[in-house]
Amino acid sequence: MLVDLGSGILLVTFLSVVYAIGATAYGEIKKSAAFVESARRAMLLTWPLITFSALILIYLLVNNHYELEYVYQVTSRSMPFYLKVTALWGGQSGSLLFWSWLMSAFASIVMVRKWDRDREFLPWVILVSAITLAFFLGMVIFFENPFNRFWQTSNGEIAVKMFAPLGAIAFTPDDGRGLNPLLRHPGMIIHPPLLYLGFVSFVIPFAFAIAALATGRTDDRWIRITRRWTLVAWLFLSLGLVLGGRWAYDVLGWGGYWGWDPVEIAALMPWLTGTAFLHSVMIQEKRGMLKHWNMILIILTYALVIFGTFLTRSGVLSSVHAFAQSAIGPLFFGFIGLTFITSTALLLHHWDELRSETEMMSILSREALFLLNNLLFISVLVICFWGVIFPLISELVTGQKVTVGPPFYERATSPIFGVLMLLMGVAPLSAWGHSTVKTLGRALWKPAMVAMLVPLALVISGIHNIVALIGFTLVALVIFVTLYEFWRGGQARIKKSNENIFQAIGHLLSRNRRRYGGYLIHISMVLMAIGILGIEVFQTETQGTVAQGDSLVLANYTITYDSLAQFNTSGNRQVTRAVVSIHRDKKLLGELYPRIDYFIDSQQPMTIPGVRSSLIDDLYVLLVDWQPVSMKGATFKIYHNPLVNWLWIGTIVFILGMLTAVTPDKDPDYAPARPTDYVVSMTRRRTKKDQE
Amino acid sequence: MKRFLPIILFFLIFAGSRINIAAAQGSTPTDDEVNAIAKQLFCPICENTPLDVCPTQACAQWRALIREKLTDGWTEAQIKQYFVDNYGARVLSEPPRTGLNWMVYILPPLIILAGVFILIRSFKIWRHPTKESHGKDGAPLQETLSEEHIIRMEEELRKRG
Repeated sequence: MLVDLGSGILLVTFLSVVYAIGATAYGEIKKSAAFVESARRAMLLTWPLITFSALILIYLLVNNHYELEYVYQVTSRSMPFYLKVTALWGGQSGSLLFWSWLMSAFASIVMVRKWDRDREFLPWVILVSAITLAFFLGMVIFFENPFNRFWQTSNGEIAVKMFAPLGAIAFTPDDGRGLNPLLRHPGMIIHPPLLYLGFVSFVIPFAFAIAALATGRTDDRWIRITRRWTLVAWLFLSLGLVLGGRWAYDVLGWGGYWGWDPVEIAALMPWLTGTAFLHSVMIQEKRGMLKHWNMILIILTYALVIFGTFLTRSGVLSSVHAFAQSAIGPLFFGFIGLTFITSTALLLHHWDELRSETEMMSILSREALFLLNNLLFISVLVICFWGVIFPLISELVTGQKVTVGPPFYERATSPIFGVLMLLMGVAPLSAWGHSTVKTLGRALWKPAMVAMLVPLALVISGIHNIVALIGFTLVALVIFVTLYEFWRGGQARIKKSNENIFQAIGHLLSRNRRRYGGYLIHISMVLMAIGILGIEVFQTETQGTVAQGDSLVLANYTITYDSLAQFNTSGNRQVTRAVVSIHRDKKLLGELYPRIDYFIDSQQPMTIPGVRSSLIDDLYVLLVDWQPVSMKGATFKIYHNPLVNWLWIGTIVFILGMLTAVTPDKDPDYAPARPTDYVVSMTRRRTKKDQE
Repeated sequence: MKRFLPIILFFLIFAGSRINIAAAQGSTPTDDEVNAIAKQLFCPICENTPLDVCPTQACAQWRALIREKLTDGWTEAQIKQYFVDNYGARVLSEPPRTGLNWMVYILPPLIILAGVFILIRSFKIWRHPTKESHGKDGAPLQETLSEEHIIRMEEELRKRG
């Protein structure tokens, strides 16, 4: 009964979305506000309906309804309650339903906003969000239905269908296979929802961009409306990426946080275009330039959001042939192609209406440096995109699989990230409109001189690695430039309003949240860069088999194997846990407990490192193997990861910066767009119509 | 004595190399020596997993194989080639620089260079605008609005408050 209800609700939701598409299209063609309003209400229905359906699925997951294939695949009786709830996004069909649920939530939020001033955008925003939602819902209902049940046919075979095949009876396994152990980590519980939130929220700026193109309102109104959406999308996507890195660090047992895996890159690619877009829209807002480019960036971001989901969901990464066999792979491919071609055609059709209103005055102006920043982000995107799809092309053309691994990406992207950091240091001091070597040099020389003390100090302290010297110099430059900007702003306020420096900086942050929130984000990025440089340049490792009481030595640490124990815990898990003591300079620092958890229901092991963390370094100890009978000897792999914690500290600063930037100043959404923009945009539209 | 010097040297060198080989073959390579090579190889059956950190039993056996080959005196290059011969180029962390694989190394720099070219060209156009976009005096042309358009715009603005 519940299963039928859950599935039936999904079907009703799908029909509602299809109706919204038809009604809004008809309303736009016939200029009927009633039909558009009807479509808006149909979209508003989707969120409560999908919520109801998702709640039914959660109920079935929590209550061990193994007659459902999805429940059987992702839960088991021994799993705790909270993991059964999060199993909603632990498998293919559940995660697609979750995607749809988030999409309907975001679409509903957009639908209830005040549309008085932007009524002409509404039909197009409904159309784009409804088409996206219909696509995902359609896949859930017709190809990856989480409400599919097991049926035993008359010849004894087990079939997975929504409805009973002729002569078949319901089949219910005693227990499920359980969630993949790797997905039982807190990081992995939060990581997918954050990534999905990031993905889905980028659909909204895209919808407004298409609305702006279709209606001819190509001024920066659509950018102002979606500024906070874009920031929120970027926040979620960034946090999703960082949490994914933290999960990899804690669970995958290879001592790192980023392995340039295609799945990671799939999430990174929309982040790259999204970051470029965040910078580029500022140029349009301030200078009325790069209108084409902003459209291209948001179209690319939307395409990459769908492409990222396609890569991870279609099976194409394991083999191009798996993609062809997968039911959803070709559909995804078709949807990406259709939306990309349609939106590009729309952009080309309105190309002339997107002319810049001013000109680039100087190659050292803020907008020119932002444009260079965009080029660098797109360069990283090109490398990532090509690195991900080349193995598929190779397999398709030559039949031979190849791996494009970390050495390729690291070699190709490191210099680009270096230049991006340099720009992060220089651009805040450059002026909008016009900037010369002299004016920029005058602003830059003080922080640059202080930054140059850093490599000097590093060389004196014995660090001669060239990558580290360049990297830390750039880090110092960004930090000093940002602090200098705060100091300059603070000084100006002190002169003007007689405040002390703390009050002045507090007011700076509250009065110009976007700018100073952005600076905080820059600081967070370089803090992360410190962690990345530390682990990439200075990481060391060793592996060895030692007898009880014997030690391994790495980076001034002595790691002594004390004991090993095996025991069973709740969750049907067998734990093998070693105790190692850590000494430095003969002083006991503490004990670590690296372990291997073996999940009996899913028959999979999980390696959990023992980690000693400080601001200076991490000592990361893995239990690799042990003598099963005597437990007298064990093999450990140990990583010394200098500075890695700055990566996570940077994330906290990043959240603070984003919260500052995203908090509204006065009411930017309803602040009037530059009148000239609107006039020019409407004039072009009218002129074109008149010509036609 | 000088006559015998080359012969003595030859024997010393040969003997020395024999001693080295014997030493290499005799000692068991450390885990770190094995991992140094395994790190450069990818698991032939798993998805994108470097061999040195792959937790599967199969990968443990491949690491044991590397140890065995090192004990037999094989060089790093020989071991990597052995894996390529047996499991294909996918075990390497980068495509070998042959045939179609050159595309992976050539195409991104070409696209990026094209981007740089477009950017430089755009800068030049922006800084030295074309005649079409500027009047004779070099000032940007203003959009000329007809009376009718101005009335329409005023209407639109009135409607929007």
